[in-house]
Amino acid sequence: MITALEALLRCVVILVVFLVLPLVIGQTEHKVMAHMQGRLGPMYAGGFHGWAQLVADGVKFAQKEDIVPADADRRIFQLAPAVALLPYLLVLVAIPVGPGGFVGQDLDAGLFFVLAVMGIGVLGSLMAGWASANKFSLLGGIRTAAQLLAYELPMLLAAASVAMAAGTVSLTGIMGAFHWWWVPWQIVGGFVFFTAGLAELQRPPFDMPVADSEIIFGAYTEYTGLRFALFLLSEYAGILVLCALTSVLFLGGWHGPLAGDLGWLWTLLKTFALAFVVIWLRVTYPRLREDQLMRFAWTVLIPLALAQLALTGIVKVVIS
Amino acid sequence: MADRGVADRAVTGAGDGRLWPMTSSTAAKGTRRETVVGIGAGATELGTNDMVLNIGPQHPSTHGVLRIKLRLDGELITAAEPVIGYMHRGAEKLFEARDYRQIIMLANRHDWLSAFANELGVVLGVERMLGMEVPERATWTRTLLAELNRVLNHLMFLGSYPLELGGITPVFHAFAEREQLQSLMEEASGGRMHFMFNRVGGLKEDLPAGWYDRARAAVAAVRGRMPVFDDLVLGNEIFRARTRGVGVLAPETVQAYGASGPIARACGLDFDLRRDETYLSYGELGDVLRVVTREEGDCLARFECLLDQSHNSLDLADACLDRIAGLAPGPVNQRLPKVLKAPEGQTYTWTENPLGINGYYLVSHGDKTPWRLKLRSASFNNIQLLGELLPGTLVADMVAILGSLFFVVGDIDK
Repeated sequence: MITALEALLRCVVILVVFLVLPLVIGQTEHKVMAHMQGRLGPMYAGGFHGWAQLVADGVKFAQKEDIVPADADRRIFQLAPAVALLPYLLVLVAIPVGPGGFVGQDLDAGLFFVLAVMGIGVLGSLMAGWASANKFSLLGGIRTAAQLLAYELPMLLAAASVAMAAGTVSLTGIMGAFHWWWVPWQIVGGFVFFTAGLAELQRPPFDMPVADSEIIFGAYTEYTGLRFALFLLSEYAGILVLCALTSVLFLGGWHGPLAGDLGWLWTLLKTFALAFVVIWLRVTYPRLREDQLMRFAWTVLIPLALAQLALTGIVKVVIS
Repeated sequence: MADRGVADRAVTGAGDGRLWPMTSSTAAKGTRRETVVGIGAGATELGTNDMVLNIGPQHPSTHGVLRIKLRLDGELITAAEPVIGYMHRGAEKLFEARDYRQIIMLANRHDWLSAFANELGVVLGVERMLGMEVPERATWTRTLLAELNRVLNHLMFLGSYPLELGGITPVFHAFAEREQLQSLMEEASGGRMHFMFNRVGGLKEDLPAGWYDRARAAVAAVRGRMPVFDDLVLGNEIFRARTRGVGVLAPETVQAYGASGPIARACGLDFDLRRDETYLSYGELGDVLRVVTREEGDCLARFECLLDQSHNSLDLADACLDRIAGLAPGPVNQRLPKVLKAPEGQTYTWTENPLGINGYYLVSHGDKTPWRLKLRSASFNNIQLLGELLPGTLVADMVAILGSLFFVVGDIDK
């Protein structure tokens, strides 16, 4: 009875986190971008510095008509936003936030689970692109698929390096084995993982699958209302998940002064610091071309990830 | 004389609505099946069909209602056909039913980013027909305002071009700086976009007290912030990677299409009317005026030309301010008759507008309206290069190339 109640409580907490934190990141993006560009950003909704802007946006989206194009593959079209969004909710279950079982569900194969499930999210964009019966959407969908080839491998290789260092694929296990000097040791892997993650999220400078000035938001061209809002939410949930994962794998997650009591705060801080970087990159960089991302992935990211893997192996052998 | 005018009109009449022929590479592949919209459009079993994709008339990168019909093999463009005329307003026909003061108002609209420069061509033409001497003060002020207008125009593209490549920040910087210059123009003319400040024989009125000092301060402020574009945009690795070697134009192509302005100078055509057929006070600014050219002819070179030209225009504006400060006080316009009639005859006036050569062929039968006023606008010629540039590039490069042709749709459709 207690365990069932506890499981329910954990699920509710994760759902709340899943619904709130992406909005916080979204609002941060509004404000940070605005100030970097000499603007104020939202200032009216909710009174204080437009804190309720995204709530207002959500209300607006909910009121809009739900349109499915006549020629679209109806079911797939309607299902796509859910496929894009839900994997990130599932991933959140497995990410350790603080010491002492402060995690939705501790999985033995946590790293495997997380990376496998994150890969599903991309299917949402593919489904949307294919089912929309729109040429721009099709181009966007195909670009998503092409991008997939570029970032999956370096991302997995970088994650494998951490697993090798810790000798386990359990995320809590990795946290338990962490020492501060892992940060400089794994820093290259961290860079590769984070960069590849950005490409998976289709965030600038790797946002060619949505490229609003070229193919008009690609796979999302035909979406309106709540379904479009779900795609947007999945983007910000993706940022949350990527940043949380990067901080857990490469920046020591809840490790820090007073980790015993304030571990969760450290995780949150590191996650938001990384989210800030994600926003910063969007403000700074133009968009790469698809083939330029490919070249970057195969000539820079993968060699770097392999070098990191080799370094991890060598250090591991030396210290054992 | 009249025959010439009629012939001219016949040619334009055919040109304005014409659909450009597909380039030869498509003609060869003309037998391929064309795919209609549907789920997974463009794919059949294992192969792919060509897909026809309409960029525009409503598309964020066309700055209005330009339409480009692309034929795509995957993302590769096999043929491109610019379809123009969605914004055709019959400006030339309207000129024929307006007196010269009204024409100035109408003529500053086709390229809405270079209103002052557009007005100049009309008044210079009429003044030449009338043999009218313009006060020195007016000429120098015109030069100053024309250069400020050039900076305004260029800043727009310096901001919007990175936006098309996905960099969202520079456009805000561009607008902040445009605002400084625009308030200056607004104080002088009352308009923010369509200044309507030129009159036959000079300017509408003298500038407000203290305006020249504010102008100097604004020019200095804008110059102080130009490094944003030098460093943030031009120095950005991704920006360079997206533009270098993309959309390379040969000087011969540019000449064949009659393209002009920064686009022509970016591929080594050293031609600038301000220097080569000098008008206003440019002849006396020879030591400040620098005709910016590049040899590469790619998108990056075009952007660099625009940027360098903006720097030079700010210098020119400063030089004009220096000269105006030394001029004796005097009128900035001439008393005009109640009804202004250009004498019978014809003249062609061309000016170096921010986007290229802007020309007016004025034919007058001695009435208060022109018998014919043919408008040669820069973007109309420049945009024709798309048919040459786009085949063989990717959709992503299409945006880079389209943006680097620095066009205004009103200037194409007239």
